[in-house]
Amino acid sequence: MNVSRRDVLALGGGAVAALSLGVSVSSVAVAKGDLVADAISKFSGGAEPKSGKVSLTTPEIAENGNTVPISFSVDSPMTSDNYVASVLLLADGNPNPGVATFNFSAMSGEASAATRIRLAKTQNVIAVAKMSDGSVFMDKKQIKVTIGGCGG
Amino acid sequence: MAKPKPRVKVPKKATKGEIVEIKTLISHKMESGQRKDRKTGELIPRKIINKFQAKFNGADVFNVNIEPALSANPFLTFSVKVPESGEFEFIWTDDDGSTYSTKKKIAVEG
Repeated sequence: MNVSRRDVLALGGGAVAALSLGVSVSSVAVAKGDLVADAISKFSGGAEPKSGKVSLTTPEIAENGNTVPISFSVDSPMTSDNYVASVLLLADGNPNPGVATFNFSAMSGEASAATRIRLAKTQNVIAVAKMSDGSVFMDKKQIKVTIGGCGG
Repeated sequence: MAKPKPRVKVPKKATKGEIVEIKTLISHKMESGQRKDRKTGELIPRKIINKFQAKFNGADVFNVNIEPALSANPFLTFSVKVPESGEFEFIWTDDDGSTYSTKKKIAVEG
């Protein structure tokens, strides 16, 4: 291949731009990540969330971030001494990561719910479930958003 | 804005101990507090439904604390195990303190 001087310069410039972009994006992600981690630890009372039990159903691509249908279900017998107490839903790329907290009771029969949420951009949606015995489980799904839903 | 109108779908009949699915929707703008007025450039104050409660024969069975990330016209689906005939009551609480509610009866056989 014949590489001209112009090509080399263009490549170098692109790499620098990508690098600086990468740095700024990751620093924002860290700040948001803290908010999410805070919300999770506040909700779980310090318990480390384990994976499993929770299953989050989301579309892979959401064309309109204003209404993204999501649903979740938690594997639990839902008896009066072993049930899912509550489920916290978070969206880590929104201005405020909190979406909703669902509080179940033993009368719920099964710990599942569906709703429609707003997503500002492509991001992860996280569901954290707290069991009646205090153990905590979570699931995470990425949703690609074409048009953001939080206005400007 | 028109008064929010709740709509709820509950099966009319169920067998004892059956898990029934309940769908609820209320017409509400769910103003997130993030949007700006196009003319003045000022933030439009937040006005959302911040709580939803479902009661069965007076006992709290399911509730949701809602934040601005829920879409306009909040739609919720959930399930309840019905032990006996009775009445569901659904209550939505607005940021301004007003509540909207509706009731549905269910008949349980066997």
